[in-house]
Amino acid sequence: MQRRDALKALMSIVVMLPLNALAALWNKAAFEAKTVDAARQQLQMSNEIVSSQIFITAPDRAENGAVVQIEIKSAIANTEAMAIFVEQNPTKLIANFMFEAGTEPFIITRIKMAESSNIKVVIKAGSQYFSNQKHVEVLENGCG
Amino acid sequence: MADANNEKIKLRAQRKKDYTEVKVLISHSMETGRRKNDLGEIIPAHFVQLFTATLNGKTVLQAQWGTGVAKDPYLTFRVKGANVGDMIQVTWHDNLGKTATQEIAVTEA
Repeated sequence: MQRRDALKALMSIVVMLPLNALAALWNKAAFEAKTVDAARQQLQMSNEIVSSQIFITAPDRAENGAVVQIEIKSAIANTEAMAIFVEQNPTKLIANFMFEAGTEPFIITRIKMAESSNIKVVIKAGSQYFSNQKHVEVLENGCG
Repeated sequence: MADANNEKIKLRAQRKKDYTEVKVLISHSMETGRRKNDLGEIIPAHFVQLFTATLNGKTVLQAQWGTGVAKDPYLTFRVKGANVGDMIQVTWHDNLGKTATQEIAVTEA
């Protein structure tokens, strides 16, 4: 490889780094937050509008809190991100999913629940935030 | 890539009517750092923090996870515009710097 090409290649890596690094950064403060409000602040969420256009499917009663399957679907236009909180867990933020255009704002996943709690979902669409929640009664705790 | 970690992700991508459904099952302990072993010692936190999925090399989904994601994380997501034979690749990174990746071609449902 010519020196100049090598330099070019290096430059393109350097230019690309900040974006990738930012996208890949794990939000430690949000995940370690002990209250939902503190986690929301770390995610810069504000003024959520309660929306029935967020569909949360989870069992009303979960036998085992170690594995609770949830399905979340957003019918809100331009949904970019979907954050899941469990209000009664030791750390409240469970996961934050970021969808590229062309990916449906839909997930099925499995979470831990320490005790009976609301599962709260906050959707980011442009500069706006929307939320909905679903209560799950947990018969056996799953955080140990 | 011959990587032992590849065995730790099960992946399926099926073309449905309006979307391609991707199902992911990751083998991971997802330790919270709050559990104790039989000797009463804390089991250190060990969990997946970052998850990324691409379609033909282009990012379609990124996620940040905490310790509240269940052991052996399971995820279904749906991408639009994928054709049979297109490649879906998923990668995770955990808090101890471990990583695994897996890819699969989209198939007809």
